[in-house]
Amino acid sequence: MWKRDESPKPAPPAPAPAPAATPAHTPAVPSGGDFRPQTARDNVNIGKSVFIKGELSGSEDLTIEGNVEGRIELKDNTLTIGPNGKIRAEVFAKQVIVLGEVTGNVTASEKVDIRDNGSVDGDVTSPRVAIAEGAHFRGAIDMQRAGQGAKPKPAAAPAAPAAAPAPAKAGA
Amino acid sequence: MAGGLNDLFSRLGGRRGDAASDTPAPSATADPELVYPTKALPKFLANMAAKPSPALLDLGPVVGGNVSFFGEELGCRIRVEDVMADIERFTAAGTLDQLPEFFRTRFKSEPGTIDGILCWDVFDYLEKGAAASLAAALTRLLGADGSLLGFFSTATDPGRAHYTKYIVVDQGNLRYRTYPGTRVRQRSLQNRDIIKLFESLRVSDSFLMKTNIREIIFRKPAYLAGL
Repeated sequence: MWKRDESPKPAPPAPAPAPAATPAHTPAVPSGGDFRPQTARDNVNIGKSVFIKGELSGSEDLTIEGNVEGRIELKDNTLTIGPNGKIRAEVFAKQVIVLGEVTGNVTASEKVDIRDNGSVDGDVTSPRVAIAEGAHFRGAIDMQRAGQGAKPKPAAAPAAPAAAPAPAKAGA
Repeated sequence: MAGGLNDLFSRLGGRRGDAASDTPAPSATADPELVYPTKALPKFLANMAAKPSPALLDLGPVVGGNVSFFGEELGCRIRVEDVMADIERFTAAGTLDQLPEFFRTRFKSEPGTIDGILCWDVFDYLEKGAAASLAAALTRLLGADGSLLGFFSTATDPGRAHYTKYIVVDQGNLRYRTYPGTRVRQRSLQNRDIIKLFESLRVSDSFLMKTNIREIIFRKPAYLAGL
């Protein structure tokens, strides 16, 4: 009754050509010719036992696991305060990720991300701020308006004084 | 016939009772992840959006989603002052009698510099003296035409000891997430008590929700801005 569709099917796409002249034993590396692992590239670590007092600035991503007091400035890079990191400083960076403790104001041109168990005591200024559920934060947050059109719509006048509850299950 | 009518009424009555019990009261809810509608929040947001770069004070625990929401919706400056943590700390230390004095100097912002205050249900956990002291401090902080949003439970049963995080899902809905605490809700405040707490402010909107919560927005008249 049902006739099999015998119309010609398009040919399956040709398998992707194998990388030309790539020896089997060559590890995958970034095309920029940098043979260091991605995690080590342009990222500096300040270890647990290091204590810095003063001004810290640079043009590489920085991860701090030690103690820093003073001022940190990484205008075009990411600053990560590791779980063991303790900062008492004014911080300026493109992006700041906090897993440890920060006491002082944090300014980021892109994003501040306070992760679970991260702690910030100070004011945060950034267009994007993310604070995880288990994070500690005390201070003010200044976010520039993402778009002038993002104003909430004016609320409609309520039709009735009581609103029927509509409990809806929602995941976290 | 009479028996049939009785049967019908009893069934109707029963149905009404079932419907009422379907409404989960936040103080007794077993599921901390329910989403409830809010009527006051959209009004509060509209009031705030009328200001160019509003300053918002949040008295609840810090909630990352709320920070993002208010920051992106209003482009505002948000200050989080976790008063629930203060209440918990004073309760644990057994020094609740010192709360009124503590609230007098609790907030460091200059008077009249805040455009909106999110009190959530903080006042439900305070005794009369502490509530009056906090209300006076907040009234001072509020600038001309500023808004204050408070949730006041009308349930007579204080329920178990826990606090609630109000997480903004969208403009019209909040997720209630409970977390453990040692203080139970105090006696529910009557309307007149609430209005008396904020006697320098005027009630702009009030909604009695079926969740046994009265959502109230107070506004500070411009002529009282200096108070």
